[in-house]
Amino acid sequence: MIFGHFLKQGLASRYVQVAVLILLAVAVMVPVLNLAVPPGNPFHLPDHWVPLLGKYLCYAMLALALDLVWGFCGILSLGHAAFFALGGYAMGMYLMRQIGSRGVYGNPVLPDFMVFLNYKELPWFWYGFDNFWFAALMVVAVPSLLAFVFGWLAFRSRVAGVYLSIITQAMTYALLLAFFRNDMGFGGNNGLTDFKEIIGFDVSAGSTRLGLFVATALFLIASLVIISSVVASKYGKILVAVRDAEPRTRFIGYRPENVKLFAFVLSAAIAGIAGALYVPQVGIINPGEFAPANSIEVVVWTAVGGRGTLVGPILGAILVNAGKSWFTGVLPEFWLFALGGLFIFVTLFLPKGILGLIGQVKASARARREKRAAEQQVLAE
Amino acid sequence: MTHEIVHRPYPRGRNRNSSRTRAVAIEGRCGEGRRVQALLAAFCAFLVFLFLMFANAAHADEASVRAIISKFADAKGFSQVEKVIDELAATGDPLAVRTLNALNDGKLQVKRGGTVYIEENGKFLDPITGEPVDGADTSGLDKVKIKNSLRRTISAALSGMTLMAKDPAIRSQAASTIFDSSDASQLEALEKALAAETVPSIREQMEEAKASIQLFNSKDPAEVSTALGTIKARGDRAALALLSKYAASADGELKEQADAAISSVEETLSMWEAGQNVWYGISLGSVLFLAAIGLAITFGVMGVINMAHGEMVMLGAYTTFVVQELIRTSAPGLFEYSLLIALPMAFLVAGGVGLLMERSIIRFLYGRPLETLLATWGVSLILQQAVRTIFGPTNREVGNPDWMSGAFTLGEMSLTWNRVWIVCFSLAMFVALQFVLKKTYFGLQMRAVTQNRRMASSMAIRTPWVDAMTFALGSGIAGLAGVALSQIDNVSPNLGQSYIIDSFMVVVFGGVGNLWGTLIGAFTLGIANKFLEPYAGAVLGKILVLVFIILFIQRRPRGLFAQKGRAVEA
Repeated sequence: MIFGHFLKQGLASRYVQVAVLILLAVAVMVPVLNLAVPPGNPFHLPDHWVPLLGKYLCYAMLALALDLVWGFCGILSLGHAAFFALGGYAMGMYLMRQIGSRGVYGNPVLPDFMVFLNYKELPWFWYGFDNFWFAALMVVAVPSLLAFVFGWLAFRSRVAGVYLSIITQAMTYALLLAFFRNDMGFGGNNGLTDFKEIIGFDVSAGSTRLGLFVATALFLIASLVIISSVVASKYGKILVAVRDAEPRTRFIGYRPENVKLFAFVLSAAIAGIAGALYVPQVGIINPGEFAPANSIEVVVWTAVGGRGTLVGPILGAILVNAGKSWFTGVLPEFWLFALGGLFIFVTLFLPKGILGLIGQVKASARARREKRAAEQQVLAE
Repeated sequence: MTHEIVHRPYPRGRNRNSSRTRAVAIEGRCGEGRRVQALLAAFCAFLVFLFLMFANAAHADEASVRAIISKFADAKGFSQVEKVIDELAATGDPLAVRTLNALNDGKLQVKRGGTVYIEENGKFLDPITGEPVDGADTSGLDKVKIKNSLRRTISAALSGMTLMAKDPAIRSQAASTIFDSSDASQLEALEKALAAETVPSIREQMEEAKASIQLFNSKDPAEVSTALGTIKARGDRAALALLSKYAASADGELKEQADAAISSVEETLSMWEAGQNVWYGISLGSVLFLAAIGLAITFGVMGVINMAHGEMVMLGAYTTFVVQELIRTSAPGLFEYSLLIALPMAFLVAGGVGLLMERSIIRFLYGRPLETLLATWGVSLILQQAVRTIFGPTNREVGNPDWMSGAFTLGEMSLTWNRVWIVCFSLAMFVALQFVLKKTYFGLQMRAVTQNRRMASSMAIRTPWVDAMTFALGSGIAGLAGVALSQIDNVSPNLGQSYIIDSFMVVVFGGVGNLWGTLIGAFTLGIANKFLEPYAGAVLGKILVLVFIILFIQRRPRGLFAQKGRAVEA
């Protein structure tokens, strides 16, 4: 009953409906094109495309999470990649424990890098990560907890706007530095890699990769529906009110800090899941994922697609990353020129992104139609 | 997500620096060697004259020194060689220095019957004058073998002779050698030198050297006690080493006195160490301040979040590189002034780019700070890639002029000249900027526009022009900072990236719209960072500072020196 209501609310928007249908189609077609169509056929999807597309969908999920806080709540987080990376590290720790005695040093308990760094026993924060359920819990819990503490402090003391952006950046920078340290027990500079299997399946096998891809697509659909329904709910309206006029909302009697905090924590949790899905498909997680530049890039995906549209960031993430893959293959020197130009172009000429442009074109067409209709009415009279 | 942008948690400049200082130190030592030789040549030339002037018993004439030197020829085994060395040392005559040096280097060739030569590059030289000997009988020559314990004897003997040297630097060096070795055999030479010494600072050093000898050799407790006092008063690391060595073997009252002296010296040393830490902190603070001060104008005064600020610093550094290249190829004589020439150039280049940026992008985005952030980030990516395409991805070598290299010591602290100049430069920038903001007409216009744009506009101030000029000023200042930072950091396309977060932290911590805030913020963070480092390590220290800033912003969302206002939202 509640679920039905939720689904209905989530699928109310036309854009979301279309996006869900397309994503479902992709989730079905990618395995079909990869497995059922023989390799010689032009419609065959090569094996290496599967994790690549899966990666794009993870990024799309991250951009979607950012859109919830930036597009609907006005919090420009420059540290969202930190939540993504934390989720990724939680998954990476599970995958490391699954290697067991197959590592280079063959230690049944300690991952290779710990043997290398002379650890005698597993650090306490690695306990439990041999269970998938525990790791899955941590994937959501760790980013959420960080977002909760950070948001609780920041929103309560009314740090907003640019200042908030800068301290989120400081947060991810601090985490970057911390994870680079070997003493932290997260593999230092090299991060976590050499994964063997996930819940009993070989990570590098084609079927596992397809399974992960489909899972990513389904998680993305679920996140889209959840966020869309949150935004369409009464809470969503307050969220937008906080974005547009925080003091006014406060004077009416709402608590903007709590409203923001919920959105921030939900967003962090979704970012964490995206990171967890990302790691087994890419095969590595290292501190570089915390780099402030990464977080800013997520912002540009969102901006390109159209902030505050939910579907836009998904589109933006996929388009920009596909462009990046193409560029770095063909013209590696020009990728940064293109990306930089895209930043400037979008902010100057497409403030509402691609989806916003479609909306604008539609709105102006409707306005013209109405104007013409009005004129004709005037003429008829 | 990009993996191309490699992040560096450690600033790399420091390593380069220390090796540079070391190189300078080594060079200095070589220079000293040359000076010693030159000095000896002078001694030889004025030989007779000298002996007529000082009919000193300690200075035997050349013939007797020669007689002793010729004993090397018939010395058998290390013990006899040592005796000859002691005999030479007892004369205290600088004439023997050349021979002893040659012996130390294994260049002394002898033949039984009193023939002694110094062999150098296939030539045979006279052991005293160093002149090539014509028709030297080179058959049957043998090298005098030495071992490490003999080397110590030789160096002690040499220091005894150098105590009387003409050059005060050599005398001072000799005194400190004796201080470190506490060699009792030097006592006599030392006392003679002490009696003849006229320079007070060297006298003091010699007194300390004497105390060092007495400490370990004197039987008289009163003398030892005085020696302890003298060494304690010296209060440096060498003194501490001596005192600890003494305390390990002493007992009774003297041990107590030694322990008290040790703790007193340790206290002095720890104060110096704290001083050194403060200096490191000030030095880091000045770097942070330089990186942040341009941002304090663009972000603090104008409210524009310029993510390309770090790239302006980078442009300044690359301008320095280009200026130096041009000087190297066309006018090498101007190299000492290269930084002074680079300063206005860097200001113009970075300021010009800033002006272009403001006119073409930023002016369309006023009032939309988050969009400005994204667009300027885009500019920063383009500038980085442009520099990478033009100059290549690797580090470029920017040289230090002589007045920027080397180091000097202040008490127990070691200060490098480039850091000292950078601290001075950053303070000068602060004063100059304050002057521009507070005392010039342009500064007045700038403040007016910041405080009330529409009112300023009504007063016939061309606000768009003021905006453009302010942004250009902030960018130009970043370029100036780049010139200074090129002296201590690697000049690479990533140079700006490593400063951008720190500079934002400084400006936000200090409070926007206030240069004093930026100054105090930068130096506070710098010193805090350096004081945390010994306890937490460099990286953890930095993390702690970041966490501290994050928490600090919660308490004071507008920074250390917030501008007062009554608006609900700024």
